[in-house]
Amino acid sequence: MADYRGLIDDAEVIVCCGAGGVGKTTTAAVLGLEAARMGRRVVVVTIDPARRLADALGLADGLAAQPQRIELVAADTDAGELWAMMLDTEATFDGLVRRYAGDDEQADRILSNPLYRNMAGAMSGTQEYMAAETLHALHGDDRFDLVVVDTPPSRNALDFLEAPGVLARFLDHRAFKLLMLPTKTGLKVLGSAAQPLLKAIGRVVGSDVLADSVAFFQAFSGMESGFRDRADEVVTLIRASETKFVVVAAPRHDAIDEAVWFAGQLVEQHVGVSAAIVNRMQPAFGVGSADDAEQAATGADDPTLAALWRNVAELRTLREREQAVIAPLVDIVGLDATVTLPLLDSDVHDLDGLWTIAGHLFRDADPIGPSR
Amino acid sequence: MPPELESPLRSLTATNVVIVAGKGGVGKTTVTAVIARAARRAGRRVLVVELDGKPMLDHLVPSDGPDGEDGDPAIDVVHISAADALDEYLRDHGFARIAKRLNKTGVIDMVGTAAPGIDDVVVLGKIKQFERSGDYDLIVVDGPAAGHAITFLTSATGLANAVRGGPVKTQSDEVLDLLTDSSRCQVVLVTLPETTPVNEVIETAFALEDVVGVRLGPVVVNGVDTGVALPDADAEAAAVEALDEVEAEPIRAAAAFRRSRREMEHDELARLTRDLPLAQVHLEALPVAGLTAADVDLLVDAIAAAVPVEDGDG
Repeated sequence: MADYRGLIDDAEVIVCCGAGGVGKTTTAAVLGLEAARMGRRVVVVTIDPARRLADALGLADGLAAQPQRIELVAADTDAGELWAMMLDTEATFDGLVRRYAGDDEQADRILSNPLYRNMAGAMSGTQEYMAAETLHALHGDDRFDLVVVDTPPSRNALDFLEAPGVLARFLDHRAFKLLMLPTKTGLKVLGSAAQPLLKAIGRVVGSDVLADSVAFFQAFSGMESGFRDRADEVVTLIRASETKFVVVAAPRHDAIDEAVWFAGQLVEQHVGVSAAIVNRMQPAFGVGSADDAEQAATGADDPTLAALWRNVAELRTLREREQAVIAPLVDIVGLDATVTLPLLDSDVHDLDGLWTIAGHLFRDADPIGPSR
Repeated sequence: MPPELESPLRSLTATNVVIVAGKGGVGKTTVTAVIARAARRAGRRVLVVELDGKPMLDHLVPSDGPDGEDGDPAIDVVHISAADALDEYLRDHGFARIAKRLNKTGVIDMVGTAAPGIDDVVVLGKIKQFERSGDYDLIVVDGPAAGHAITFLTSATGLANAVRGGPVKTQSDEVLDLLTDSSRCQVVLVTLPETTPVNEVIETAFALEDVVGVRLGPVVVNGVDTGVALPDADAEAAAVEALDEVEAEPIRAAAAFRRSRREMEHDELARLTRDLPLAQVHLEALPVAGLTAADVDLLVDAIAAAVPVEDGDG
């Protein structure tokens, strides 16, 4: 039995990563569903606000920022549970600030600062950081024994690993130290050495924005170490052996290139890839090659039969090219850890659709290469 | 005088700047390459702009393609990274004397966070400079993914309102002038004939029109199935009757699969037509898992052949 089967038996955290548009969210839901069927208590966290997943899970009011229990047919599960939620980046960040602030007054001053609001809403890496933070919180929640998360679309697999440290570094930056020159009377803003820099910043972004920034770093002082320690804990969990990384891809050159690059980065970081899932492969129709079907089409006297064979030839051609395209990913992740899922003849829009994919993945998976 | 492009290629290349946008995986880069190649064939001087990310376009728009030897102008490709563009901008605006390595000191992060959208505006500002240089007849931008397309294109509006004066204000205003001038700039949205991409393209189109007021060009639908015509079920049954079951089964399964996919595709295209009042350009699905320059040329041919050539010169 292939390695990906063991994935949901003993993992505590599964991180699905890959390029945009390859089906990460659906894959996360399918893994969660199957693990629940196995009797595990699973929470799936998605960063994708797509309505479709909520619909597929039967959540009429959409996904919420708190875990919601998904109704499963009892016969399908062995006392497992499936929960789902959507990441709320800003609320998660606000929660961290409240936790590490000395008092409510300090928290309020930070939360109402425009620079903080920009950071919580738009700074690159914030979404990854808060996804990792949420994952850490859910991992410590007794209601769940498996957390499945899909990652924001990213060019860089390491964003997710490194994002928790980003804020700590951001706060440690020399530029801010320059703004906050310590003096005998405590922290003094606008030390003389910093003035040319402040003038330059003010000239580009305006003096209001500059004043907000200074006020933010004043308000934040004293909280840096709390944030840094928490970020370290999050990174430790992500790098721990109970956290498994699944690379999701589509059988196109660009998506496979990115998946190979992601996998390579993870291996380099000694994190490792537990499985690769290639979504939406053209299904196989019978045995034989596209050329065989093309010859049958050419040899057929009946034009209707020729058209039918030509159809088989076209679909097989696509599959053959896709198989060639995914080869580099199979090389890096390994044959046993790579699984392909067929392109379905209809869209996934309900639990049955997710079950269908889970069935392909875990029960009659489409083997790569020679049969085992 | 270069030959005129045929419609719909004409409408895809109607402005100085064309920003191609769409969800990840829908084929934005393909469409960028098709527009660039088509314009080059017509003798235009073309610049392709790639934003952050891996360079993909160099091999899709080679300057030594099939029509390169007869002296057609090459296609220039430029990569713009938001971080580098902001770094360069800040150096040009008084930061150079203070910080030798802006990235290391965190000034870039801080300015980017204090004034969100400034990096996008700086990128758009560079595109505007290319447009104003007069060196190119057409600038095709392989734009950001749909979610980011809205923030990318609204960055100038937000910043112009937030910053009251100075170089950033001027820059934002000039970028807004470009974006809202329908003779200079348009956005071409790309989608696939599937549920989620169609939903997303409809949402993005309305958001862009409401918030930015940018001209929307035709929607390009990638990967439309134009393969072999299938017989109806009765004809199919008759045709495979003489075959043994081992042979007949995959033929029937393949035909049923293709019909089902086509039906879904047909429904999604109908929904797109109903819900989004924009012209559509369909690109056929090629039986490849990754395009080459030759495939891009096939697509250009296909679009050109889809409509009568208006001013034939041969």
